[in-house]
Amino acid sequence: MRYGYFPGCSLKGTGRAYEESLLPVMQHLGVEMVELDDWSCCGATAYMAVDEGKACALAARNLALAEQGGFAQVMAPCSACYLVLNKTQHFMQDYPAMRRLVDKALGSVGLKVSNDTPVRHPLDILLNDVGLDAVKQKVTRPLKGLKVAPYYGCQIVRPYSTFDDQADPVSMDQLLQALGAEVIDWPLKTKCCGGSLTGTLPEAGLRLSYILLKEAKKRGADLIATVCPLCQFNLDGYHDKIEAKWEPVRVPTVYFSQLMGLAFGMPANRLGLQRGFIPMPSLPRAEAVAA
Amino acid sequence: MAMEKQNQEPRIGFYVCHCGTNIAGMVDCAEVAHHVGTLPNVVMSKDYKYMCSDPGQELIQKDIAAHGLNRVVVASCSPLLHEHTFRGAVEKGGLNPFFFHMVNIREHDSWVHTDRQEATEKAKALAQAAIGRVAHHKALETKRVDINPTTLVVGAGIAGIHTAMTIANAGKQVVLVEREPTIGGHMAKFDKTFPTLDCAACILTPKMSAAGAHENIRLLSYSEVTKVDGFVGNYKVTIKRKPRYIDEEACIGCQDCIPACVFKTPKFADEFNEGLGKRRPVYIPFPQATPQIVAIDPNVCLNFKKGENGDRVVSDKCKKTCVEACGDKDAIDFTQTERFEEIEVGAIVVATGFQTYDATRSPSYGYGRYDNVYTALEIERLVNASGPTGGHVVMRDGKSEPKSVGIIHCVGSRDKKTNAWCSRVCCMYSMKLAHLLKEHTNAEIYNFYIDVRTPGKGYEEFYGKLLEEGVHFIRGRVGEVTDWAMTPEEEGKLVIRVEDTLAGMVRRIPVDMVVLATGLEPQKDAQDVRRLFNMSCGSEGFFLERHPKLAPVNTFSDGIYIAGACQGPKDIPDTVAQAGAAAAEVLALIDKGYVEQEPNTAFILEDECSGCKSCIPLCPYTAILFDEKTDKAWINEALCKGCGTCVGSCPSGSIVQNLFEDQEIFSEIEGVLAYD
Repeated sequence: MRYGYFPGCSLKGTGRAYEESLLPVMQHLGVEMVELDDWSCCGATAYMAVDEGKACALAARNLALAEQGGFAQVMAPCSACYLVLNKTQHFMQDYPAMRRLVDKALGSVGLKVSNDTPVRHPLDILLNDVGLDAVKQKVTRPLKGLKVAPYYGCQIVRPYSTFDDQADPVSMDQLLQALGAEVIDWPLKTKCCGGSLTGTLPEAGLRLSYILLKEAKKRGADLIATVCPLCQFNLDGYHDKIEAKWEPVRVPTVYFSQLMGLAFGMPANRLGLQRGFIPMPSLPRAEAVAA
Repeated sequence: MAMEKQNQEPRIGFYVCHCGTNIAGMVDCAEVAHHVGTLPNVVMSKDYKYMCSDPGQELIQKDIAAHGLNRVVVASCSPLLHEHTFRGAVEKGGLNPFFFHMVNIREHDSWVHTDRQEATEKAKALAQAAIGRVAHHKALETKRVDINPTTLVVGAGIAGIHTAMTIANAGKQVVLVEREPTIGGHMAKFDKTFPTLDCAACILTPKMSAAGAHENIRLLSYSEVTKVDGFVGNYKVTIKRKPRYIDEEACIGCQDCIPACVFKTPKFADEFNEGLGKRRPVYIPFPQATPQIVAIDPNVCLNFKKGENGDRVVSDKCKKTCVEACGDKDAIDFTQTERFEEIEVGAIVVATGFQTYDATRSPSYGYGRYDNVYTALEIERLVNASGPTGGHVVMRDGKSEPKSVGIIHCVGSRDKKTNAWCSRVCCMYSMKLAHLLKEHTNAEIYNFYIDVRTPGKGYEEFYGKLLEEGVHFIRGRVGEVTDWAMTPEEEGKLVIRVEDTLAGMVRRIPVDMVVLATGLEPQKDAQDVRRLFNMSCGSEGFFLERHPKLAPVNTFSDGIYIAGACQGPKDIPDTVAQAGAAAAEVLALIDKGYVEQEPNTAFILEDECSGCKSCIPLCPYTAILFDEKTDKAWINEALCKGCGTCVGSCPSGSIVQNLFEDQEIFSEIEGVLAYD
């Protein structure tokens, strides 16, 4: 299993804990992730809203690089990258004018895109290529007793839902159960975290983050597991402001890949777990099981 | 006389019809007539304003006599419209009707072209092809086949019952097959019916018992059709009689066995009550079940155990208190097994109904996740006096009444992700349930709708009545049902989130109970049933009628009809109307006593057949059989529909089809190609 790895900006910056945990976990499962050479901005959701043509051209540049590198499939762990790359493929297929525009832009730098390289999310790869049985076999320290609220965010299931249900995704639930964790059933799996509004319109954005944290806490979650760097940032980074405005809702938010690493017996500081603002509990119950 | 003409030199008469301006507006008919008049074997060629009119037909008859015609070609509209008319005219003129050929220059030419010159040229070419082919036509005879006057009706919901009763009342025999232990179908589960609010059981159960007791109806409950052979007028049908472990003749319906069962309290999910109630292993679905015969469920009865291949076999472990209670009647028979029975019928009406959409397929509405989310069919049982709670509307805790109820319309309807169609009955039954729930509990009722659709007699007035009763209507497709409370008032409630598209805002409505108005969809085995009866399904999976407007209960198989919701979602009035229509079609067929068969069938030249059998699996009508004695295939003419598949596939070219013989087709092609 070999994938062209498109990290995007987050996994090298605010979301580096995602990369720090995903790389060793995937390697442990025999999944080869080869970082695309000279990758650029994915086009990002904000740019997409300002100028679709340029955003698509940027995204397509990365797809062209993947093809040039001989990769049959691309892995895009960041939800925004995953969405923009997929959206670009749909736009190029559905709108001939967009296809011409992208071809022209790429042609000016000597690139070509055939637009048939699947862009996959790590959850999709874990469930459908690696398989939960293979994941279970690697678990040496089951997350027994750890109550996790699976939080998917919006972008990996909407508007395209290639590997999970749009309204009620379950792929991460299944993965967490395979790790031995107790999954909290809650209806906010794909509710908005506030997105970039926490930066631009904090009174609206913060409230959305607060709602999620409050509900997770109310339902007894020890932590929230997410797949998205922006969700993680929003749910982890504004507790002071949320507390000042409403109440303390200090539930840690971590990446699913960090929990996988823990269950595989990897040390927390090698999984970027020290980077969270709200410290991850030291998993007393989980470690007790291992001992 | 016909054979005589066949051997003569062809003398062809040609007519081109103006069809008012339908053809003449785009085709120069006089020029076409003139051109055809120059062709070999054509004795006379005319154009005329309306060939299908009486004078038009008489023209053909007179010319046959006057000019000694032995072949006739008419260029006019589609053969679907008037081939029969002109064949009749030719026959009246003294010729075999199959010495006629028709050219379609309306649908295939004048209606679809915009250039008069080119349309005229095309008409000439098509006419020339027909002239070439008709010279080779042979005299053919239509065959008559007698019809067995017994009818099979499959499915005994309201559609099947009404069809069977109508046919039986006309003095004809009916075999009525139902796969459940009782007839009645979905309607038997309903509490009241919209918009009149008359009790469903009160209007249905008399019909059920009348059907069960009718001298001309043989009711086979707990039975399924497993095989259908034959053709219109003469079907052989195999019926599986499932074991109910009760001797149907001996059981008098006293039901003494039920309370005598070793299970002192009912323990198993009761299908008739949508699982809301419980029954024993020996049970009768509901008090007015027809036939009044109990059934034993071997999956839960203690006297059965799992056999080697997974089926249930008798274990003789139980004390059999039921047998004791049955006493001298001795109706309980644990040794019963599946039996197969073959019957012969002339016509079949398929009335297998619908199933409701599985609400767990829409996880955002919380069915199966939250206790107090119900399907509409469950509510029908809950408000029903003979339902699991005796008509007392309580939630799943068994005691509390709902103070507020949200009814969500279009669950599994009008949604490309699930079922794209409108299920037609949900708006009305939702309002009916709103009325009944309000009557039973005085709760606040909210209807969430996309559009309220009330196209029926008295339906819109019923909607008006509901508005006056103070039932709330919120226009918007519900996003989700959750137990996610944001305010103290929402704690412990089910919260419905919806965009109120009239108020222009997202609303959260906390309620105690949610009712999902699940849509109607094809039965899960509709495809198997379709194959069994050689029918077609539309893209959504409902059985396809022969014509959506003009043949709504016919199928593409002669002698097989459809009625009720198996053809598409419909309410009770429409179902009964369609059931009556199917019965009328059946009576028209069997009263005539015989069917005429088009002679355009294929036949095998026995001397040339190599017995390779390659044609046999290709025939869509299973009309080709193999004679092991002669080692040759042969075609049952009564089954052959003249599709030509076998003709093209035969490696030795030994299959010939009447009206489509090689010479006829090649001459037709040459006729078109010769024209330039």
